Order: sequence, then structure tokens, then C-alpha cells
Amino acid sequence: MTAAIFPAFYILAAAGFILAIKWMSSPATARRGVIVGEMGMLLAVVGTLLRHEVVNYEWILIAFFVGSAIGVPIAYYMPMTAVPQRTAISHACGALASALIGTAEYYRRMPHGFVMGALVLETLLGFLTCTASLMAFGKLQEILPTRPITYRGQNIVNLGIFGLAVATGIALIVSPEQSWLFPIFMSLSLVFGVLLIVPIGGADMPTVIALLNSYAGLSASAMGFALDNKLLIVAGALDGSSGFILSVIMCRAMNRSFSNVLFGAFGAIQATAKQTTGRPVRSASPEEAAEILNAARNVVIIPGYGMAVAQAQHKLREMYDVLNRRGVDVRFAIHPVAGRMPGHMNVLLAEADIPYDRLFEMDDINPEFPRVDVALVLGANDVVNPAATNDRNSPIAGMPILHAHEANTVMVVKRSMNPGFAGIDNELYYMEKTLMLFGDAKAFVASIVKELNAVGVPH
Amino acid sequence: MSSYEIGIWVFMLAAFLGFELIRRVSPLLHTPLMSLTNAISAIAVVGAILITGEKDTSTLSRVLGFIAVVASVTNVVSGYLITDRMLKMFKKRGPEKR
Repeated sequence: MTAAIFPAFYILAAAGFILAIKWMSSPATARRGVIVGEMGMLLAVVGTLLRHEVVNYEWILIAFFVGSAIGVPIAYYMPMTAVPQRTAISHACGALASALIGTAEYYRRMPHGFVMGALVLETLLGFLTCTASLMAFGKLQEILPTRPITYRGQNIVNLGIFGLAVATGIALIVSPEQSWLFPIFMSLSLVFGVLLIVPIGGADMPTVIALLNSYAGLSASAMGFALDNKLLIVAGALDGSSGFILSVIMCRAMNRSFSNVLFGAFGAIQATAKQTTGRPVRSASPEEAAEILNAARNVVIIPGYGMAVAQAQHKLREMYDVLNRRGVDVRFAIHPVAGRMPGHMNVLLAEADIPYDRLFEMDDINPEFPRVDVALVLGANDVVNPAATNDRNSPIAGMPILHAHEANTVMVVKRSMNPGFAGIDNELYYMEKTLMLFGDAKAFVASIVKELNAVGVPH
Repeated sequence: MSSYEIGIWVFMLAAFLGFELIRRVSPLLHTPLMSLTNAISAIAVVGAILITGEKDTSTLSRVLGFIAVVASVTNVVSGYLITDRMLKMFKKRGPEKR
């Protein structure tokens, strides 16, 4: 009787997870999705606790308590701008969990054949994702330098370490009794995770975070094979394919391949970039900017990572309100790789209460730009660089961009003329119709709002 | 059919299902999607419970299992709660503005 009930818990849990992702397709149903996802998890946990193998509850309960005590404050008190960091940390936690479970299983059962193969895959992916995610966290939190760090022969070293890790793994599959190999295998995987992220710059973080998401999922799926648990296989496969699709979308949005992101650091081109600085640009004051915005019929705002850094989204919302009241049509154009993780800008703008039907994807807004009066670029750089389409030799050649340069007037809020993350000079800044608004994004938008309120309604 | 073979079938079908479902998710929600799938993959908690709760397990297993439960429960709790917190912020234009 009971034997028939336990699989039911897991099957319902799997159905809950699938529905959760299905309902994420639209903001109208997404919160319902979270609820079925939670119910699925609850069923899975209860179903597991009730299993007759589980007899010792004290440690589990303490762990539940500790985990919740860490998780709840993270969820409620962490600022939205830190979402990429939290995501990186949670990838590290998830991967660590599956790597440790794999390790424990190995020392406990010393399995052979297929199970050992799954176990090796689980621990390899788990450990490398764990350190890689911690490195990504360090770069996002700017504890570590965000510029890519490269040296000669880096790819050979990385591939060598990875090859060694795989070779030790295979040796372990062939003869699991050689337990002295396991710590070596572990260390190689951990080291490879670190080395993998060293050459990756901040601008590539969206792809990398998505990729690590995928690895963490695949690791959980491999654990499902090792423990012969279909629920783990399904949940891991869902997470794995989700991360994979997101990283493909990110790669496509930069016109780069996976191998290019992972092995061809962007930083290499910095040396050639700076020659054009010193060319004349037109700059404007907040008063002039406010006047232009006030006279416009429609405005498209293009946010980037700079907006997140300056926390300018709330001031932006005030500007949006003022302009809206004056009958100016304000829209937001979101490039898929704007920010440090997929969907980063959308969350920040939503946090500032900007209605999501005002946020437009690249392909939808691009045909509109020739009819746009003012394009306001706020903390974005490479995603509006016309060199991507005009200059075949540019490092970002072929990357799809937002066509801000087609708007009648372009205004760019920027701290200084330093080139962006890719280290590439931006033609847009030197165009006749471009006005540079030098200053901190938040402070500048605040002074525009002040000026707008002072100008009064034009008639 | 061996259990492993069934497992591979399950994996393949789940991966394709995942591809189809996730392709439909609007880019608007990519960040909450990621934290949701992250919470889902914390299903590793199942494996961690099995290892920690076993009757006569070694101290090593118990310790590793304990850390694994803590890590995955952290992910479950913070993952679901923060997804919901983010989704709450996504609002359509209110009627008062039109």
C-alpha cells in the first residue's frame, strides 16, 4: 500500500514543476506558477521524509532550520540590484549540494558501472559549477577584477586541467576501488571551475550565469541517475534545458558562439580602442536635456548596467511619470544582454513600478526608432554601438543592437568618455545629433526631473 | 527495460519538454525564471535527506549530507520567495493612468 503511495508524491511533484515553468510564460499566470512549484517541492520533501530508509530526523530538522534561517532573509532583504549575485551564489549552493551528495554516495556505496558514471558526472559538474559560480559572484560583487584576466596559453592550461579531471573521472569509473583518485578528481574539478571564469569579463556574465544554471541542473539530473530517482532526473533536466536555452539566447544577442564566450576573452581588444578619444562631442546640461524631453512627442529610454550600478531606476520612474503627465509617450527598449543576467533590466524597472507593457524587446522596438524623437541611453554602451552593424572589423561586429542612432535626437547619460566593458569606442557619441549628458545616472536623471517640474506644461 | 534505460528516456523527454516550455517564456521574466528553475533544481534536497537520515551512516556521510541539506534548503526557500517577490513587482499599467 505505502509502496504505491510514495511514487505518487514524486509524480505529482514533477507535474508541479512542469506546470510552474509553463505558467512562467506570462506575468499574468507566473505567480500561480510559483505556488504549484512550492507545492511540488513540499510533496517531494514530505514524500522523502516518509520513506522507510529515513529514520534519523534530528540532523535533517536542524538543517531545515539553518537553511530557512539563511534563505528567508536573503529573499526578503536583498536589494533587487544584487539579484545577479544572489543567482550566482544559489548556483554555487545547488551545485555544492549535489557534489557533496555524490561524494558521500561514493564513499558509502562505492558503486560500479552506470551508477559510477552518473556519480562522476554529478560530482564533476557539481564541483566545477560551485567554484565557477563563486568566481562569478566575486566578479559581480566586484571583489574580483571584472575585466577579463588573460595570459598566454590560458586555453591550453584550462583544457589540460579539464582533460585531467575527465581522465581521473574515467579511471574512477573503470576501477572505483582506487579511492585515492577521488580527492584528486575533486580538486581538479574545483580548480577547473575557478580557471573557467578567470578570463570572463563582466559583459559576458549573462551568458555565463545562464550556463552555470544549466550545469547545476544537469548535475542534479546526473544525481537522479546515480540514485535511480526519476523526479531528480526530470527537475534537473528542466533546469538544465532552461539554463541552456537562456545562454543560447544570450549568445545570439551578442552574435557570439559558446566557445567564443568561454575561450575568447573580450579584453584582448582593449589596446586598439582608445585612439578616437579626444574627438569633439556635444554635451548638454540637465536644463537643456529637460527642454528637449519636454518638447518631444515620444521618447525611448535604453537602460543598461550603468543604470543598475547608479540605482537610477526609481528616479527614472519619476521622470517617466512627469513626462507621461505631459502627454509624452515614454517607452523602454531592452536589449537581451543589457545588465549582468538575463532579464536584469526588466526586474529593476518593474521594481520601480514601471508597467511592464512599456518595456519593449529589441525586435519590436527597432523598426520604431526612425520615428522616435529622443532616444535616451542610460548606462548602456555596446548594445547601442552602430559599429556592430557598420564596421566589419569591430570586435562586436554582427551583434544585434538597438538602433538608437536612427532616432532624431540621441542623449547619452554617461560618467565619462571611457569606453565600455568591451573597451570599444562608440561612434554614437560623436554623431551630430547626439548630446552627451555627463554625470552619475541617478543624479542626472534627478536634475532632469527637477528641471521638468520647473519648466511647466508647454502649449 | 532496465531502470537506467527508463531514466534516460525520462531525461530525454523532460529535456525536450523543458526546451519547448522555456522557449515560450517572455524575456521580460527571464530573471524570475532563472530563480524559479534554481529553486526547482534544489530538488537535490531529496538526495541529501536520504543520505543524512539513513540509519547507520558514517560520520562523513552525515556531515556531507547535512551541509547538502542546508545548501539546498537555502536555495528552495530563497529561490521561491524571491521569485514571488520579483513577480509581485511586475504590474500592468493601472487604470488610473489612462
